[in-house]
Amino acid sequence: MRDVAVVGFAQRQMPEFDGSPTCVELLVPVFKELYEQTGWTRRDVGFWCSGSSDYLAGRSFSFVQAVDAIGVIPPVNESHVEMDLAWAMYEAWLKIQTGEVDTALVYAFGKSSAGVLRRTLALQLEPYTMTPLWPDTVSLAGLQARVGIDAGLWDERAMAEVVNRSLTDAEKNEHAIRKGGSSVEELLARPMYADPLRKHDCSPVTDGVAALVLAAGDKAREVRERPAWLTGISHYVDPMGMGVRDLTRSPSAQRAGAALDLDGVEVAELHAPFSHQELILRRELGLGGDVVINPSGGALASNPMFSGGGIRVGEAATRIWSGEADKTLAHATSGPALQQNLVCTLEGKI
Amino acid sequence: MSRTLSAPVTVAFDYTRSTGPVVGRFLSGLRDGVVVGGRTSTGQVVVPPLEFDPVTHEATTEFVEVSSVGTVTSWTWVPEPVKDQPFDRPFAFALVTLDGADVPLLHALDVASPAEVTTGMRVRVRWAAERVGHINDIACFEPLAPGETEASAPAAAGDEPVTGVVTRVSLDYQYAASPEESLFYRGLNEGRIMGQRCPTCQKVYVPPRSACPSDGTPTVEEVELSQTGTITTFCVVNVPFLGQKITPPYVSAYVLLDGADIAVLHLILGVPADEVRMGMRVKAVWKPEDEWAYSLENIDHFAPTGEPDADFDTYKHHL
Repeated sequence: MRDVAVVGFAQRQMPEFDGSPTCVELLVPVFKELYEQTGWTRRDVGFWCSGSSDYLAGRSFSFVQAVDAIGVIPPVNESHVEMDLAWAMYEAWLKIQTGEVDTALVYAFGKSSAGVLRRTLALQLEPYTMTPLWPDTVSLAGLQARVGIDAGLWDERAMAEVVNRSLTDAEKNEHAIRKGGSSVEELLARPMYADPLRKHDCSPVTDGVAALVLAAGDKAREVRERPAWLTGISHYVDPMGMGVRDLTRSPSAQRAGAALDLDGVEVAELHAPFSHQELILRRELGLGGDVVINPSGGALASNPMFSGGGIRVGEAATRIWSGEADKTLAHATSGPALQQNLVCTLEGKI
Repeated sequence: MSRTLSAPVTVAFDYTRSTGPVVGRFLSGLRDGVVVGGRTSTGQVVVPPLEFDPVTHEATTEFVEVSSVGTVTSWTWVPEPVKDQPFDRPFAFALVTLDGADVPLLHALDVASPAEVTTGMRVRVRWAAERVGHINDIACFEPLAPGETEASAPAAAGDEPVTGVVTRVSLDYQYAASPEESLFYRGLNEGRIMGQRCPTCQKVYVPPRSACPSDGTPTVEEVELSQTGTITTFCVVNVPFLGQKITPPYVSAYVLLDGADIAVLHLILGVPADEVRMGMRVKAVWKPEDEWAYSLENIDHFAPTGEPDADFDTYKHHL
């Protein structure tokens, strides 16, 4: 296997982007920031891969228009996934492993606010017996949260503790769109929304873009004194139906974590769009009390569709670059109620 | 003036899907007022039946009729329903394990407030007035009345197996143009054709884009273009199609406006179709001003200017 590291990361997040859902306007400055971080030009990028969905944009081929932000004369080596940035990164990691390229820039964009996000996401469900009911994302998460509450695996207080810690940590994150912790009591005093969820248990609808730069071996060392080496990466998926899996568990997250060496992880950035999902993930990944969870504030502070998972990788990498941690974990999720999960480890030394 | 123009857009499509034998069996059952599950290799009865066994991956062949009465295993309140959900007023989504099944089915539960739902409560299927072989043949679940143990089954509504299902998908957006596209459409609303010049390669794009596709550089310099241009290439449309606004034959052509580096596609009128040619000089013919909007349709068509044809060398790089 080739040694591959994350060496660049940039992001833009906002509650409502006043511009085209192709997001070229946001991607151009993000790419510029990455050229500055790496010292590269676009010609130094061996492979490009983006993550986005036309269902979010409300137009066809939005990812083709987004390629304008790269500048593609002469043509570039490019691909696209209708998945989160973290899966675009996985494709780029594989591409580098084949030996065809040494470097990659992966990006994702989404204007969630153009439509009704929680409704649009019903289109990712089983189309015969689920989508026609339009079960929105918040409802599916509420069903999952209740199963765990009824089973005594967590309670509203434990969920509020996740929220309070996340919104407190988010105060230090300039990109977070919801921030400001208070107290567990104050959070619990707020009204129910989608009982058993309060609004703060659900990630805010977020527009935005994010991008990561990957490089192999010496290419990575040229960019950063301390590259964030991807020492493990794994992803699995659970069945689509809500009835055929134990919603208090995430077997795919467990399996993705079990495929990696998680010993010594100091910081974990978990992509949990709903507060109880962090509790599930901590258990499935076996993260003890000594692991710092989501110092960025996590997805409860902002969760741009298609970037939210990859941003976890970027945040985890940033802590390696700075020397703040020697080993970090990043997780990304996709699909309803933690259906699909990707886990990777990043390390300062290899 | 807002930074960008925006407008509501609805994207809609009726998805017509064949069901296959397993989902078809389930939907045929619903049409006939019966809930059908499938037995897995581990002996579990799953509703809706799985097409393939999750362990052995064999096709599901054993079907089991289960009760239309069951128990709520989880629920969530839906305070603000979204379009096309089973109710347009607050309701609950519930996971309900029907008697005779081992795993729950997702559907709506018709109650007036969250205080009326508990995990473990007994509920029954409320059948839709008209059943066609669709998941919405179950209108929803409703609480079982005190003392009630069995729900009476309605009469079967058909005899042919259900083989297809139509699901209407309609998504509403507020679609915003980019600032550059907004410049273009605002220009058209004033009878002007606006482009932008790339600061790197000096190419003039019309409509302007957020970044030069050659260089990835944002294009900032605004350029008002001539209303006169050259046909670089064209086709004679002879084939009728759905939504066609003009009776064939007519000519659709790329018009390279003087000063632009990208041609715009438009209609050519005022000349017989068989006389249109590459290099022909044309000019924009606008609709009456009171019909203008933020649209390229403000230009009704392009018509010949009568000038001599442009030399091939003047447009050969724009083909």
